[in-house]
Amino acid sequence: MESKLMHLIVIVLGVIAIAQLVRVYELSAKLRKEGEHETNSRDNKLNARMMLVFMAFLFLGFIWLMLTYGWTGRGEAASVHGKELDWLLDLNFWIIIIVFFLTNTLLFSFAHKYIRKPGVKAFYFPHDNKLEMVWTVIPAIVLAVIIILGLRSWNKITDEPVKESIRIELFSKQFDWTARYSGEDNVLGKYDYKLTTDNNELALITTNTIDSAIAQMESGVSGIKTLESKLNDRKIMLVPEEREKMVVDLERKTRLLRLLYQMRGHHNPSVDASAWDDIIQKDTLFLCEGKEYEFNFRSKDVIHSAYFPHFRAQMNTVPGLPTRFKFTPDITTKDMRVKRNDDKFNYVLMCNKICGSAHYKMKMIVVVLSKGEYKKWMDGRQSTATFKHNYFPKAEEASSTTAGATGSDSTAVAVVDTLK
Amino acid sequence: MAAVAHEAHGHHDSHGHHEAHGHHEETFVSKYIFSQDHKMIGKQFLMTAVFMGVVAMILSILFRIQLAWPGESSDFLSFFLGETWAPGGIMKEDMYLGLVTIHGTIMVFFLLTGGLSGTFSNLLIPLQIGARDMASGFLNMLSYWFFFLSSVIMLVSLFIETGPASAGWTIYPPLSALPQAIGGSGLGMTLWLLSMTIFVVSSLLGSLNYIVTVLNLRTKGMTMTRMPLTIWAFFVTAILGVLSFPVLVSAVVLLMMDRLAGTSFYLSDIIVGGEMLANHGGSPLLYEHLFWFLGHPEVYIVLLPALGLSSEIISTNSRKPIFGYRAMIGSILAIGFLSFIVWGHHMFVTGMNPFIGSVFVFTTLLIAIPSAVKVFNYITTLWKGSIVLTPAMMFAIGLVSTFITGGVTGIILADSALDISIHDTYFVVAHFHIVMGMSAVFGMFAGVYHWFPKMFGKMLNKRLGYVHFWITIFGAYGVFFPMHFVGLAGAPRRYYDYSAYGEFDTHSHELIMDLNIIITIFSIISALGQLVFLFNFFYSIFRGPKAPQNPWNANSLEWTTPVEHVHGNWPGEIPTVYRWPYDYSKPGAEHDFIPQNVPLAEGEEEH
Ligand code: HEM
Ligand SMILES: [Cu+2]
Ligand SMILES: [Cu+2]
Repeated sequence: MESKLMHLIVIVLGVIAIAQLVRVYELSAKLRKEGEHETNSRDNKLNARMMLVFMAFLFLGFIWLMLTYGWTGRGEAASVHGKELDWLLDLNFWIIIIVFFLTNTLLFSFAHKYIRKPGVKAFYFPHDNKLEMVWTVIPAIVLAVIIILGLRSWNKITDEPVKESIRIELFSKQFDWTARYSGEDNVLGKYDYKLTTDNNELALITTNTIDSAIAQMESGVSGIKTLESKLNDRKIMLVPEEREKMVVDLERKTRLLRLLYQMRGHHNPSVDASAWDDIIQKDTLFLCEGKEYEFNFRSKDVIHSAYFPHFRAQMNTVPGLPTRFKFTPDITTKDMRVKRNDDKFNYVLMCNKICGSAHYKMKMIVVVLSKGEYKKWMDGRQSTATFKHNYFPKAEEASSTTAGATGSDSTAVAVVDTLK
Repeated sequence: MAAVAHEAHGHHDSHGHHEAHGHHEETFVSKYIFSQDHKMIGKQFLMTAVFMGVVAMILSILFRIQLAWPGESSDFLSFFLGETWAPGGIMKEDMYLGLVTIHGTIMVFFLLTGGLSGTFSNLLIPLQIGARDMASGFLNMLSYWFFFLSSVIMLVSLFIETGPASAGWTIYPPLSALPQAIGGSGLGMTLWLLSMTIFVVSSLLGSLNYIVTVLNLRTKGMTMTRMPLTIWAFFVTAILGVLSFPVLVSAVVLLMMDRLAGTSFYLSDIIVGGEMLANHGGSPLLYEHLFWFLGHPEVYIVLLPALGLSSEIISTNSRKPIFGYRAMIGSILAIGFLSFIVWGHHMFVTGMNPFIGSVFVFTTLLIAIPSAVKVFNYITTLWKGSIVLTPAMMFAIGLVSTFITGGVTGIILADSALDISIHDTYFVVAHFHIVMGMSAVFGMFAGVYHWFPKMFGKMLNKRLGYVHFWITIFGAYGVFFPMHFVGLAGAPRRYYDYSAYGEFDTHSHELIMDLNIIITIFSIISALGQLVFLFNFFYSIFRGPKAPQNPWNANSLEWTTPVEHVHGNWPGEIPTVYRWPYDYSKPGAEHDFIPQNVPLAEGEEEH
């Protein structure tokens, strides 16, 4: 408290002191018969010189930043289209840097050179059609080049992926990522958010998952039956708000249940297989060098954005709207570590759309493996860690599951270890 | 010399002005509070905006401290945020997002829309076109009070228990629709939506008034092509506001219904906080389209008035006509038109159809052409001028420099292919702060320095003005320029802490951490620099030297009104206009300026 008071006193005294100084300055200005609206030539010249000083600060600051950090702080692009984009970015940067230097130089040097001088009148120059034509047409031409090159790359990047590209789903929620590989058939199993249960986090559609979602909705811990019995139980006293909340809850769940039954009615069990062989992967996303990937994005709650800075890739994940992006990683993590001279370096997938308090922590490490390593890792996962394996852990022989699981984990660990 | 010139050209008669005072019985309330006089309303807008600007600036210093020294305890933070939001002097994650959101909202809407356009459109439209007041003084007064009310609500939302809106100034749903997703989407968001709706009412009342006034109340001889560029800019800005702000209201209303009435405009297939929602079929993209349909014109609503003010100031203080007057008008109109068909450049990676994306690339890059024309015209206006570096002139020159610097990065962002990897990174933050946080703010400062004598009848201290300018331009460039590099290193915006980079990329981590400290230091310096301005501003209102009639030897009509404000602006007849406002250093003229109300001399040609 006391220190705050002291601060306050110091501030007040400071303001008074400045006010006095200004007062003195004003008196002296009055003596010199110079008003605040007049700019004397000393001030004018000083400020004009400062314009050049400032220009130097701006330019040197820019050059210093360029030399220290460069415009590719993210390092070399690690994907095929990323290399093309970096070339395009370089080109665009050179264009705008030239414009930046040229126009700022003209601006500040004119502001310096043409300050008022006794006896020199300003040049009355209201317009000049030719000049104006020049600086309409030249930017238009340059922009046309930029547009054409930009759209050429854009079309290529957003074009349909090739048939054999590997399909992966990236599932986002507050605040982490889950990947789902399409498995042996390279088809991602279908999903419906209403099927989300503890052992089916990604809400994949199979006959079994539909049944268990219905069961949970009907008679789970906070299922419809429990709610109904609570509401009808005269022995339980409910605060009106709580009761109302439960009624709304019940209504919502009844509606969802109806939809689940509809889903079961229309379900075709032959598509189950495409879900059972999918592989769900957390923490680290393994990719294969030189293979094209088609990423399918999905969100459980709010908008997130799947941002891969090193692959120059980004796409929002939108609840209710599937989105896609494709790219081909072309430098393995190992090679990149050598190139960047940083043996702890890793590629990363980050969230780049504000999504809540831990937005800044929502990331997943990405590891690009060589073809051999990737195959080894993938084979391990396929034989032990598909959706089916995880969904029916007890259906298999206990011994083989544990052996398999450790087996697959140890391959992954081994791969990661070699990277360390 | 200046004094002589003003005698020669002063046109008011001092008797009339004393009489005018006698006619109006004014109480304190009708003069200072519920005033219907456009000059007073302009000042009210300015005062409110200055206050809001200071608040938003303090918020930014708070989160800059968090970014530079994450996890370190700070007395400054605990002083402003208290134990609730900064336990032990360390800011909470939710509060970080809340501060960023409210900072952005206040700066964009309250300082640079309400404040900039509200202040100067009100002050200058009647004075420069030769009208006694706005078309409707009453609606104008309402416009201010709605603005005031919405400001109060926005500020109140900072103090509620669940925290202010924290979904970013663009408040994309579902985050903004679901209190389960983030605390700020509870009462805080409701207040935000309420405040912004009232803000739009204010803006519409103001804009309609400006449009009607410009179209109908111009004095004799004030044709559209004799209007100062300030008026053209305010006029087009008002049209943009009228056409785009209602769309924001529709976006907000649909969001309110999703929040309160259980509709599904923006919501589909969501599980949040363990709760499975039944909403199905809505799309957040609908919101994004509606928001940016306002959002992009909004950035020009912010910038055009600043460009208008600086056109006037640069011409006056170069003692030269603005170069390419008609091209300048054409550019304003072109920018105004194009700004309605480029909104999709904010949505390249949202899941919008890539073909539509390419159309937006094309239209967006078109907008760079009129922008370039404006820059070249400013520079040519300086060429062979006789430049007087008043503080206003220096801020106007600063505006041109920052408009270049921020405009050229817009070209990179508008290239959808390149935007993929820099969208939502600090590169975007750098881009829009340089055009809004610097250019538009510089335009506003330039306007304050130039028209302060007209507003308060006093002069600002010019030395303090110089100091303010140099601290501000060095400081603000120091803040926003390095952000490009942070963005190019791959740093997403709206991150509470970048330490996580240390886990996978030491190079980027060091770059981001180092630059964040540099940026924060510059931001503290710039913020302290604003104290110089605040002191000068309030001190001069009360104790500044009295302003002369026409301090800058300018041509436009406002300088023919008496220094002491009178109702109806001119005590006698409204002056008639005979020429454009840019007859500076016209060959054959006696002085280096010829006010608009001076008839053409014999044999003199209009420009
Ligand atoms: C040459 C003219 C300009 C072009 C081509 C341009 C282009 C763009 C593009 C493409 C974006 C989207 C970037 C992204 O989110 O990835 C953007 C963002 C933005 N621009 Fe500009 N811009 C220009 C001038 C301006 C001006 C004059 C202003 C304001 C006075 C402005 C304010 C903004 C703002 C506020 C954003 C970011 C909004 C947000 O995401 O929060 N821009 N600009
Ligand atoms: Cu996220
Ligand atoms: Cu825009």
